[in-house]
Amino acid sequence: MGVSKFMSREAKRNKTLREIPLYIMLIPGIIFVLIYSYGSMVGAVVAFQKFVPTKGLFGSEWIGFDNFKNLFSMPNMGEVIRNTIVISLGKMFGGIIVPVVFALLLNEIKNIGVKRAYQTIVYIPNFLSWVILAGLFVDILSPSTGMVNQFLELFGVGPVFFLGDKTAYPITMIVTEIWKGFGFGSVIYLAALTGIDPALYESAEIDGAGRWKQTVHITLPGIMTTVVLMTVLSMANVLNGGFDQIYNTYSPAVYTTGDILDTFVYRLGIQNAQFALSTAAGLFKSVVSFVFIVVSYYLADKIAGYRIY
Amino acid sequence: MRPRKIQTSVGRKLFIALNFAFLTFTALLCLLPFVNLLAISFSNKMPVVAREVTFYPIGFNVAAYQFILESNAFITALIVSAKRTFLGVAVNLALIIFTAYPLSKADGEFRARKYFSWFFVVTILFQAGMIPMYLIVMYTGLMNSIWSLILPGALPVFSMLVVMNYMRSLPQELLEASFIDGAGHFKTLFYIVLPVSTPTIATVALFSLVNHWNSWFDGMIYMNTVDKYPLQSYLRTVVINPEAFFRNATNVSEALSRYLGMVNARTTNAAQLFLGMIPILAIYPFLQKYFTTGLVMGSVKG
Repeated sequence: MGVSKFMSREAKRNKTLREIPLYIMLIPGIIFVLIYSYGSMVGAVVAFQKFVPTKGLFGSEWIGFDNFKNLFSMPNMGEVIRNTIVISLGKMFGGIIVPVVFALLLNEIKNIGVKRAYQTIVYIPNFLSWVILAGLFVDILSPSTGMVNQFLELFGVGPVFFLGDKTAYPITMIVTEIWKGFGFGSVIYLAALTGIDPALYESAEIDGAGRWKQTVHITLPGIMTTVVLMTVLSMANVLNGGFDQIYNTYSPAVYTTGDILDTFVYRLGIQNAQFALSTAAGLFKSVVSFVFIVVSYYLADKIAGYRIY
Repeated sequence: MRPRKIQTSVGRKLFIALNFAFLTFTALLCLLPFVNLLAISFSNKMPVVAREVTFYPIGFNVAAYQFILESNAFITALIVSAKRTFLGVAVNLALIIFTAYPLSKADGEFRARKYFSWFFVVTILFQAGMIPMYLIVMYTGLMNSIWSLILPGALPVFSMLVVMNYMRSLPQELLEASFIDGAGHFKTLFYIVLPVSTPTIATVALFSLVNHWNSWFDGMIYMNTVDKYPLQSYLRTVVINPEAFFRNATNVSEALSRYLGMVNARTTNAAQLFLGMIPILAIYPFLQKYFTTGLVMGSVKG
């Protein structure tokens, strides 16, 4: 920086000339991000309007915070927020604990071929869409024909209405989400485990520490940073209940425990064309999420030196 | 010392056996639902109705698959998906590469770098939500066009950051040598940077491919008619109500009714779900390899 002060005019111009291609390369990315990402940020102003779509983004009457007032006076708003947080917290905790435990157990398998076979199988669901998996679960969890209830019947249990019962529904969402993600989620912990210095185990062995002690004093501290990092990063999702999963599996029968912010916004906005009201709900979610994301990235940087760029 | 050693090794053996059993159980928990689905898709409808099919087909036949492949709707949706994925990945990659390269420069070499980086990063931190995006897609005239599935996400910022970080880690001497030889930024990007960045590019290409293939919501809200739906959006209309789909398909097409003795809503549904998985399963070895490296690369760099 200091050097540029002493650069000749000629050198400065050359430098600028050399930067021109870099600006040109950025143009397409800037255009699309400007239109769609920033454009939709601007579009969020309809939350403060009595919005009429044909009048454009700025043509409708401005009504301040009325949409927000109406939104929070809706009887089911509190329920929707509660459902969102309950479901996302359940997924957060399960989504940390299960992959960590799985990684620890898998790490005990010394045969590379066997280890890889397990990995190959448990990673599969992660790559499939919730449409496909919803179809799968609707079939196997069906109370009348599904494989799972058929199995439970052997023990005289059920049938359980996994997707149709108010109590069972949120639990089913948490469990199936963990089912989908735990295998692939363990990748990051397996990487952390391989990063632990083997010399630590050797010296522990010489000191007479057993497997369990080694796990508690070497393995767990060795992956702690990663566990904390993933916990902190997952905080950003506190208002993401999992739209894809819930929208494809829920029904009016489970709205009281299964309706989350995103599904609520969708029904209100796109199905009922209440654009302003649902934008207000979405904006509420965006602002809260923004705070959580910034805090989580800040903590991730402080605790683990993690930076996205 | 010696007796203790033997004792631990017995405990160790027990642990290994239990661990093996537990991991096998977990793996089966992931695998068996798919096996069940596959078995249903290849079974005759009678044992399926009687709830006899578990993990192998009974009355093996491929009628459900014939039924699906002859009903034009599936193929139409498949073509939309293929088109969308091809265009989408191409657009994503071009924008990722062109954006990542300038941003990978040192602050001294590209003085405005910092501002542009923030310009892109902000879009990860704050997203306005479903409805404003819907309105912008509407106002930019993309409704009912395949571009509505591609342009709003034309630049996946997170993937761009992964590529940018990789390019930044390349040895600078490599680039300097190219500049000394008289190459400009474009030439350096294409002939020097890209060839050595292929593993990272492959990773983000797969991210983008899976993302485009699996997306269903945009297709559902931006397309007015089902015949323009990509496969996942189309499948959603089916899995929500397999019975209605099945009735409808057999009403529309006489040809399909010859399968009615063999198939029902459940077998055809299973067949469609499985067909929808095939592309992902086909590239699965690559996914496993590159996603793993990509994930670790994106998350635990110092």
